Amino acid sequence: MIILNCPFCGPRDHSEFDYGGDGSITYPSLDAPVEDWHAAVFLRDNICGVQTETWQHTQGCRMWLLVERDTMSHEVHSIRPAHPGHAAVLEGKV
Amino acid sequence: MTKFSAWNVFWNGLTGQKGWGRQWRDPAPKSHYDVVIIGGGIHGLATAYYLAKNHGITNVAVLEKGWIGGGNAGRNTTIVRSNYARPGNREFYEHSLKLWENLSHELNYNVMFSQRSHISLLHSPGAIDAAARNYNTLRRTGTPDAEIWSLERLKQVVPHLNYAADARFPIMGAAVQKRAGTARHDAVVWGYARAADQFGVDIIQNCEVIGLTRDNGRVTRIETSRGPITAGKVALSVAGSTSRLWSMAGLGGLPIETHKLQAFVSEPIKPLLDQVVVFGIGGAHFYISQSDKGGMVFGGDLDWYKSYAQQGNLPIVQDVSEAAMSVLPCLGRVKLLRHWAGVVDMSMDGSHFLCKTPLDNLYLNAGWNYGGFKASPAAGWYLADLVANDRPHETIACFDLKRFERGLQIDERGAGPDPKLHG
Ligand SMILES: Cc1cc2nc3c(=O)[nH]c(=O)nc-3n(C[C@H](O)[C@H](O)[C@H](O)COP(=O)(O)OP(=O)(O)OC[C@H]3O[C@@H](n4cnc5c(N)ncnc54)[C@H](O)[C@@H]3O)c2cc1C
Ligand SMILES: [Zn+2]
Repeated sequence: MIILNCPFCGPRDHSEFDYGGDGSITYPSLDAPVEDWHAAVFLRDNICGVQTETWQHTQGCRMWLLVERDTMSHEVHSIRPAHPGHAAVLEGKV
Repeated sequence: MTKFSAWNVFWNGLTGQKGWGRQWRDPAPKSHYDVVIIGGGIHGLATAYYLAKNHGITNVAVLEKGWIGGGNAGRNTTIVRSNYARPGNREFYEHSLKLWENLSHELNYNVMFSQRSHISLLHSPGAIDAAARNYNTLRRTGTPDAEIWSLERLKQVVPHLNYAADARFPIMGAAVQKRAGTARHDAVVWGYARAADQFGVDIIQNCEVIGLTRDNGRVTRIETSRGPITAGKVALSVAGSTSRLWSMAGLGGLPIETHKLQAFVSEPIKPLLDQVVVFGIGGAHFYISQSDKGGMVFGGDLDWYKSYAQQGNLPIVQDVSEAAMSVLPCLGRVKLLRHWAGVVDMSMDGSHFLCKTPLDNLYLNAGWNYGGFKASPAAGWYLADLVANDRPHETIACFDLKRFERGLQIDERGAGPDPKLHG
């Protein structure tokens, strides 16, 4: 079991969360060329090692989170709200 | 090499079993091959066999980082079927099933292919309609053995299922493919290895590819843990490790994510289940058959997050056990013997890639999701054809990496571009 320390709810079993996917992806503008959209929707680096990914605390606060996790050892390196405004507030930057 | 026959078994029985030698050589890698296949799973070994047999290309090596069949080839639940309904998949999997039907004879190796029927349980009128649509399509497009069964028929043939009227999801019927079944996975690995070796293919174990050098749009050198190798053509057949090899070649992203899938086997029990039974509704997903040794072999969903660890998590053990109890409550006291996991190459539409790549002499076989065991003979057959002729056969033309750019998704589930949903 992976324990994810939700910034809103505290440490919880991963089974309370839904896995989103690669969190490093930024979506292009609506009028961007089709290749950019193709890359954002379909192509993945599929890293073996530490990657940034999204999880949603579906059975808890329902917030989307950005998690740095090792895809081989499953060790969690960091976890913060995906919404930059929430992250800034929680991390005392506002 | 000894040809296996009833006479040989009989004679060796009388002479102390001394007539059996090793089944394939253990050669040191040469510095150059016409074709190097990376990955010694069933797909890689089958590719080597069909390259030699169908195309006369025998200066071939299969490089395997561990032992052959140590990956998903030796970890799967061995279900073989061809009840895929989308164009492209239909023709491909039906070709594969036809190759399975003659495989033991062709390889002179008993792969224990048992066409015991694949029975998908249906729990609502809507599910029956959807299955009827797919199975009618199958019957009209070359798969004659796709049937829809009534509840009465199902009860006669598979009496031990949970038919209780107060079950959470009462069974209403079933979609059945009768030529589907199971095979002994290790035997398929060994059978292809032995047959390829007989043609002169070098099967090189404990040989990990650690780098791919490219120059001028070609792979020019393969760095391995046993020294550098050069090759005219290179084929990737590494299942869950595809992205790692892809990035060694500096090729960027792929429409693939690596996830892990678990499987389970119980202690051996007396004959209970003669078919493969599949249960899938409302978030549950479960498939079960009984091995020749008597163990109940079963599995369910992925672990739900990306992972390269060949080790499963406990919530899925609970999930799968609950599904087992709801379909076959008589298993309640049976002990679990072992469970394990393999890393699978989940693709963006749930279908595979058998295609050329941006590098001229590099060919790709990947994206097998849950289902590449059944595909093994055809994957090897078509990959060999692709490597030998340097153009895709028309049957695999749609399984290229560019299909998403063209707006094509071969998505049996209709789940969209989220790899974990294509289980
Ligand atoms: C638990 C489980 C259950 C499954 N059940 C079914 C089923 O019921 N029916 C079905 O059709 N399919 C099933 N599958 C899927 C099926 O097993 C796979 O799709 C199929 O085995 C993949 O092809 P392969 O045998 O060539 O892969 P593998 O056996 O995984 O072969 C890939 C090989 O590449 C090697 N390799 C990786 N990196 C390197 C490197 N750098 N250098 C050299 N070698 C390398 C690996 O060691 C491995 O041996 C299941 C999979 C799992 C994990
Ligand atoms: Zn929370």
